[in-house]
Amino acid sequence: MTAALFFEQLLNGMQFGVTLFLMAAGLTLVFGVMGLINLAHGSLYMIGAFACAAVAAATGSFWLGLVASIVAAAFAGAIIEVSVIRRLYDRDHLDQVLATFALILIISEGCRFVFGSFPLFLDVPAILAGPVILPGGLPYPIYRLSIIVVGGLVALGLYLLIAKTRLGIRIRAGEADREMIAALGVDIRTLYTIVFALGAGLAGFAGAMVGALQSVQVGMGEPVLILAFVVIVIGGIGSIKGALIASILVGVVDTLGRVSLPSMFGLFMDPSAASSIGSSISSMLIYVLMAVVLIFKPEGLVSQNG
Amino acid sequence: MRHLKKFAVSALALTLAASSMAYAGGAKIGMITTLSGGGSGLGIDVRDGFMLAINQSDNKDVEVVIEDDARKPELAVQIADKMIQSEKVDILTGIIWSNLAMAVVPSVVAQGKFYLSPNAGPSQLAGKGCNPNYFNVAWQNDNLHEAMGAYANAVGYKNSYILAPNYPAGKDALTGYKRFYEGDLAGEVYTKLGATDYAAEIAQIRASGADSVFFFLPGGMGIAFMKQYAASGVDIPVLGPAFSFDQGILGAVGDAALGVKNSSQWSNDLDNDANKAFVASFQEAYGRLPSLYASQGFDTANLILSALDGADVKDADAFRAALKVAEFDSVRGDFRFGNNNHPIQNIYVREVVKDGDVLTNKIVGLALEQHTDAYAQECGM
Amino acid sequence: MASLSRESILNIFLTLAMVALPFVATAIDEPFYITLATRVAILGLAGVGLNLALGTGGLVSFGHAAFFGVGGYAAGILASHALNYTPIMESPFLIEGTNQMLIIWLVAIIASGIVAYLIGLLSLRTSGVYFIMITLAFAQMLYYFAISWPAYGGEDGLSIYVRNAFLGVNTLAPHGFYFICLGLLFGGIFLSATLKNSRFGAALQSARQNEERLSAVGVRPFNIKLTAFVISGMMTGLAGALFADLNRFVSPSMLSWHMSGEIMILVILGGVGRLYGPLAGAIIYILFEFIFGGMTEHWQFFLGLVLLGVVLFARGGVIGLIAGRARHD
Repeated sequence: MTAALFFEQLLNGMQFGVTLFLMAAGLTLVFGVMGLINLAHGSLYMIGAFACAAVAAATGSFWLGLVASIVAAAFAGAIIEVSVIRRLYDRDHLDQVLATFALILIISEGCRFVFGSFPLFLDVPAILAGPVILPGGLPYPIYRLSIIVVGGLVALGLYLLIAKTRLGIRIRAGEADREMIAALGVDIRTLYTIVFALGAGLAGFAGAMVGALQSVQVGMGEPVLILAFVVIVIGGIGSIKGALIASILVGVVDTLGRVSLPSMFGLFMDPSAASSIGSSISSMLIYVLMAVVLIFKPEGLVSQNG
Repeated sequence: MRHLKKFAVSALALTLAASSMAYAGGAKIGMITTLSGGGSGLGIDVRDGFMLAINQSDNKDVEVVIEDDARKPELAVQIADKMIQSEKVDILTGIIWSNLAMAVVPSVVAQGKFYLSPNAGPSQLAGKGCNPNYFNVAWQNDNLHEAMGAYANAVGYKNSYILAPNYPAGKDALTGYKRFYEGDLAGEVYTKLGATDYAAEIAQIRASGADSVFFFLPGGMGIAFMKQYAASGVDIPVLGPAFSFDQGILGAVGDAALGVKNSSQWSNDLDNDANKAFVASFQEAYGRLPSLYASQGFDTANLILSALDGADVKDADAFRAALKVAEFDSVRGDFRFGNNNHPIQNIYVREVVKDGDVLTNKIVGLALEQHTDAYAQECGM
Repeated sequence: MASLSRESILNIFLTLAMVALPFVATAIDEPFYITLATRVAILGLAGVGLNLALGTGGLVSFGHAAFFGVGGYAAGILASHALNYTPIMESPFLIEGTNQMLIIWLVAIIASGIVAYLIGLLSLRTSGVYFIMITLAFAQMLYYFAISWPAYGGEDGLSIYVRNAFLGVNTLAPHGFYFICLGLLFGGIFLSATLKNSRFGAALQSARQNEERLSAVGVRPFNIKLTAFVISGMMTGLAGALFADLNRFVSPSMLSWHMSGEIMILVILGGVGRLYGPLAGAIIYILFEFIFGGMTEHWQFFLGLVLLGVVLFARGGVIGLIAGRARHD
């Protein structure tokens, strides 16, 4: 692999990691504050993508679609929180898993009922279409580059929100001691709804951003959801910083693994078999990474209180 | 004298019609197809095409039972058991995916029922595992890929980069392409099944110096690949089988698909009367252009109806023979079965074009003429 | 246990109903009901396995499809080698395939036990949400491996074509195979009842409720939990082997996270920790799929609603609804 190609693959890995981060951030935030495991996070991602595609198709503007994706997912999140999730905070994780699994079934089939079974069209906006030439003469899609930038901005925004605002103070207090902030007169029910809607909005935003690159269809959230789980387990559940580190790590390891393993196997077997076996092994790579992290740090890279 | 002859001819036609009406028996058909979850667009198209033919037919004694397999092999097996044991169907059809077909078909035909495949054509069932009660009305899985390999030779590509998901159908696809393609390979890559990010592969394609890219990435994978490929600025021409450029998917790929060459045994603009009538009536009935899958469902139903005209479904030998002669007006034009009950048919090259606002395909050439699949000799029939 | 509780009456009723079912099905000439009931028995057994970890041990495993699939593949691989008359391996020593169910079951149990041991060793270092996600992720890892590994069919799966043999029983006749599966289901229920009431069961329950106390008396909770997890995986693995025989087919979808969800759903529907919970849940789940699946393609929407209703309003599942709250709560 030449240095330029390696650098390009590194960028690809970062970009993949950043999209994972947008998913994982909401998931880990909701867990950190409310102690809730939400399998339906992938469905919110899907709602965002569908909302963006529908609005972009109706208005012709990707940007309006992007706004719609955040609004729709946050709104759906708020409805779900008020009607279902709210009843689950005091339950054990098993009930949470089951109820949110039920939500996946309901939202997926509901979405299919409304939008039909065929994938929807959503394309990157014209000004972000096509490649840009990076220093060194490497052409790279502008849209992917902007995902990396946007992901960085979201991470920064989340940091500022949690570290510097009143809402952030309450969120941190909620993580530390639930009874106390209720005693201080903060309306914890509203706080929880806001946090859940915030996480949902992030997921919807990720769905729209990624939907423009991939395909907008029912079930698109599930593979990402499982990857996001791997990310937050590696990063340390509840930690946004951990989610950021782990998602970049997972993105880069996965991308480099899938590029380099087949050629490594190619050194001693025929190319067709090497590609097939190499990609079998590389599809397991991030789970191996997770196992290794767990052996040395069962609480994840950044422990929740760190 | 002329009058008399005319009279004789029409009398003959009348008796023929009467006799065929006398034989047009009923049948109970069980359709197991994917109507919910991922990939349900394909099952819905097959069902709609199939039911269009059934509704257009004069034979009112055909009953169709439809059930959703949700793309789960276990569920498909259970539905097949139910249809045979409880609904007592004579014929089964409808399965979209090779893995579901492999789960259901061997035991169905072992129980003496007929199975007609409207989509999947795994190599095992075409070669050593062929069965007189199994008919494939679509294609053997390798066919469209082989056609693309032949086309790559015809236009002079010498250095192809080929990729497919890492699962059996993906391997069959690349094997099929390589069976006909004579040039070198700039790369051969298997991607993770269900992967939706192809940045790493596209970077490798750019660096490989290939003069053409052949890919088989069905469903959402293909949509993602085409969009990302178009955005990457790599301008190496892309080839693929019809699956990633079919009517149900083109809308989601958008202009990124324009101009791509793909192989198919059928197209909207295929010039024959049956097809013109099919495309018009499908649009009228469902308000959308038919897809490849819809055409296969339509052909499957018409094949069954044609066989029922001549034979009683309970008389397995006669019905099998009636299916085998395949005397129906296929929307593909000529249609016949080879020794292994798989089609021998023309495979065309289509190009994605824009017709007004709608993306669709038009035929630009013939890739393989009266093509037989590669496994036919292994079949003992 | 002086007088029969409502739960015991329900259990006896379920037992009798399952035994009587094939005779009724034959009488009304609906042999398919036997196939359906066989599926209930097998999924019930998988659920009994999970219930041991989930109900008694409090280990919320979202990856039991891994053991189900490993058991299924053990059956599929052995049987397919026997069918093709090819040995599984020739060196260092010869291993032949087989179509004898007894051997297949043994291999399935051992193989899924080993996998459960390895997964348990890593995942039991954690608890709570970590445990859920890690078991899920390991099952997914096996799923991707099964799909992409070229031997044994990949995503296409592996067909067995004929059913394996069990002593003198005609396994292809619906009755014969049904009673084999039912026997194993009741065996599994009996085993988990025995375990639950044994010293091991007491230790496992206190490992769930109070780890410190257990450590204080010199028992390592980790070992207790790992043992329970392995036994649980073995039972689910056995169910997987039976499932392969029922469908005459194995495929990676047995390993998918939807399968884990399905096994978990039927345990919850029936009632977590209840002896007959998985069986009751499997009956409801299969009936639901059978009745609504035939009526609408959107049946999963309604399944979701029912599931949500059970979780929110009918804690303790169906057995809990009928028999009242469990005494140990």
